[in-house]
Amino acid sequence: MKLAGKVALITGAGMGIGRATAQLLAREGARVAVADYDADSGRETVTLIRHEDGEATFIEADISRPSQVRAMIKETVRTYGQIDILHNNAGIDLPQATHVVATRIDDWDRILAINLRGVFVCAKYAIPEMIKAGGGVIINTASIAGLVPMKQEAAYGASKAGLVLLTKQMARDYAQYGIRVNNICPGPMEKPTRHRLDYLQTDPAAFAQRQSFSEQIPLGRMCKPEDIAQAVLFLASDEASMITGADLVIDGGFTLG
Amino acid sequence: MRLEGKVAIVTGAGGGIGKGIVLRLAQEGADVILVDLDQAGAQAVAQEVERTGRRSLVLPTDVSDSTAVGAMVARSLDWGGHIDILVNNAGVELIRPFFEISEGDWDKTIDVNLKGAWLCSQAVAKVMAGAGNGGRIINVGSIMSEMPAPGEPHYAASKGGILMLTKAMALDLAPYDINVNAIGPGVIKNGLSSKGCLSDPESAEKIRAGIPLRRFGKPRDIGNAVVFLSSAEADYVTGVIIYVDGGVILASPWS
Repeated sequence: MKLAGKVALITGAGMGIGRATAQLLAREGARVAVADYDADSGRETVTLIRHEDGEATFIEADISRPSQVRAMIKETVRTYGQIDILHNNAGIDLPQATHVVATRIDDWDRILAINLRGVFVCAKYAIPEMIKAGGGVIINTASIAGLVPMKQEAAYGASKAGLVLLTKQMARDYAQYGIRVNNICPGPMEKPTRHRLDYLQTDPAAFAQRQSFSEQIPLGRMCKPEDIAQAVLFLASDEASMITGADLVIDGGFTLG
Repeated sequence: MRLEGKVAIVTGAGGGIGKGIVLRLAQEGADVILVDLDQAGAQAVAQEVERTGRRSLVLPTDVSDSTAVGAMVARSLDWGGHIDILVNNAGVELIRPFFEISEGDWDKTIDVNLKGAWLCSQAVAKVMAGAGNGGRIINVGSIMSEMPAPGEPHYAASKGGILMLTKAMALDLAPYDINVNAIGPGVIKNGLSSKGCLSDPESAEKIRAGIPLRRFGKPRDIGNAVVFLSSAEADYVTGVIIYVDGGVILASPWS
């Protein structure tokens, strides 16, 4: 077990990448604080982990609200005593892909408030706990959309590009405290984010177009949550003890051309 | 064990980073072919492989010689029955003041570091594609794939070339389920740096202090990343470079 004795806090752990990561880290011996704004799905993740005799607890938190983030960090430390691994995974996408002119100001603000400011706030309150414990690991779910422009993803792409640099900034500033900070950059997922999914279910043509991504991917399939979970585990483990400030792209070669 | 039953070829296996890679692959269950012109060094590492209970074969091969590479791959296939993993690690680093770099220095560096990786990859990928079971190719780049250091434009060019070769081969070999990735080591103790920038203790200490994580890498750190990229955990990872550098490229220690 690669993470025996470790405590991991994972945001957006109620579904997709966050859930798969929570399950894998628990299997590797970590005690997992499962955070999500949606209590039902978060509790379900905890149930799945406990079914495998893993250790997990649910914490309800909307990371766009700093007071809830502070409470989330406090609750994790109160329950498990420390935070060794923070996986900043919670993020949203707009229901429909949009270019700049078509993007509503409120939507822009909401995306940045969660995808970028939310990570900043989580790190701001978690890092002092890691420094107290003598080190830690932060893994941020960025995206290939933060490295190259995807079609009509202005707000989402900008939020993830900001996250890519925020990660490197934190890696540089907190390395001296034994804190490593890395990005994972997934390519198109088999299952889109929940907001996008809600929209796609009402528009079969858009859904079909999205699924056609797999034909453009050199390895011939879209990304599964488990692909990302394995990368998070690697970065969280001591095997990656010299890796910090990196962008680990997991996209089946999608961004190669 | 994450690589049970796999057969791996590692070039430049006779010491330094290569040794770290070979031992981690063997510890995870792979049988290893050690390619190195330094036969004594490779034999010593091979003995450590045998102690893990895995099989090993030493082949002294000049990776920049296509005929020798062809023979090495044929012999490897004969010995192993299949080839699942190739790690292109063989490399030379000749540090010189800019105006003293000779044509011979340039050719030697590009021949071993870049052409050698290409020759081995083409020969091994042919075997992998023919077998139809996919495979993994891992190239050892450098932080210099992205960031130059003084006194070695030829080395930096070879490692920049490795990064693009990695991406290009990832694209061409994806239809055969051959994933191609690179590792970018930073300043590694017992690697090529020991004879280079770390040979003077005073400058070594200055470099260490400039590394964000405040320590040099170990060959084992590179071996760990190679194991990840060789395993089923990285099934969906291709065409990327993973820098294992303690954050050096975030904050150039020689600037």
